[in-house]
Amino acid sequence: MTAVPLPYRVVDTRPETADTVTIRLEPVHETLPSFAPGQFAMVYAFGVGEIPVSVAGILPDGGLLHTIRGVGAVSGALYALRPGATVGMRGPFGTSWDLPLAAGDDLLVVAGGIGLAPLRPLVLAALAAPQAHGRLNVLVGARSPEDLLYRDELDGWARPYRGVAVDRPSAGWKGRVGVVTTLLDEAPFTPAETTAFVCGPEVMIRATARELLHRGVRPDRVLVSLERNMRCATAHCGHCQLGPLLLCRDGPVVGYDRAEPLLAVREL
Amino acid sequence: MTRTGLFSTIPEDHREQLMALSREVSFPVGTRIFEEGSKADRFWVIHTGSVSLDLHVPGRQAAVVETIGSGELLGWSWVCPPRQWHLGAEAITPVRAWEFESQAVLDLCTRDPALDHALLTYVVGVIGHRLRSARTRLLDLYGPYGSGEPR
Repeated sequence: MTAVPLPYRVVDTRPETADTVTIRLEPVHETLPSFAPGQFAMVYAFGVGEIPVSVAGILPDGGLLHTIRGVGAVSGALYALRPGATVGMRGPFGTSWDLPLAAGDDLLVVAGGIGLAPLRPLVLAALAAPQAHGRLNVLVGARSPEDLLYRDELDGWARPYRGVAVDRPSAGWKGRVGVVTTLLDEAPFTPAETTAFVCGPEVMIRATARELLHRGVRPDRVLVSLERNMRCATAHCGHCQLGPLLLCRDGPVVGYDRAEPLLAVREL
Repeated sequence: MTRTGLFSTIPEDHREQLMALSREVSFPVGTRIFEEGSKADRFWVIHTGSVSLDLHVPGRQAAVVETIGSGELLGWSWVCPPRQWHLGAEAITPVRAWEFESQAVLDLCTRDPALDHALLTYVVGVIGHRLRSARTRLLDLYGPYGSGEPR
């Protein structure tokens, strides 16, 4: 972890959707310590600002992939970057998806929208070590088929199940239409021996976690990635406080046994 | 028969009575199972396959609002007046299902209040679930700015 941003160069950009791009970054000089799936970096668009972005890919050469949706001033600037541009990087920050916790368990990866990005490196890690766990189920919710991330990779994630549910189908869509939790009926998993990894809008996280608990998944085996206003990323400024947690340090990945009571408090 | 849905919620003795009223049917891809506005005189429990529920939009393709799949109830408009389908339904994959004539089921429920209660509890649960799903999707959570106004 560094307090001072290190320069990283954009070496590739890949459009994902109309407003989302995946950028590949390589260190210009010094490399940040290794990231784990679920952790985030503070990415600095020079002259504009800094935002937290979860890693969407961890490359063996020290490079990183970040999937950016250009919706704000900083994310818009990052979205517009082209190869050769330089950004500042701090990290790695926060807790990671605890894949070893799920050893021997069935895995349920449930993503909503851009929430698939922090889960991608987890899926790749699980695919790389299939003997370490049970069945891998990847459930994805998206606004429309055109808003799906990593479309060229999704089919390879069906080990054994990969499902997609969209809110708004376009012509020719043959998949599910509805909320992502409708896919749970299709996914083969044994609730008492399942670890779930959930990331997306908080309303979707709550609905998914409730459904999983109802089906018998243990609350401490439902890991969720929470988002608050992260500024310093070093647990000093307090902007990302959620009750007793400072999410830049104690999150973003939190067990639902800890998260559930906090998410129910409106003032937090 | 299925780990979720109607058959997992109806007590076993009642399940057998209910199943005695059913028949197995199949629908090839593209079959219009029912049309919006037509008489709702039966329902199905899907065994395999997927069905889209849609609304007719003049001059355009039917708008698909939801899909349902294995173990789920297809059709609840038969429960209460006006007993007309509120949506259309089309098989988007080959479908196998158990078909029930609603009047026979309602007659059985009249004779057996326990079954009546169990069946209605299930149907109300399905309706509630679909209402919650529809409300959640109204939020457009995956849109560029999520949902809700900033404080």
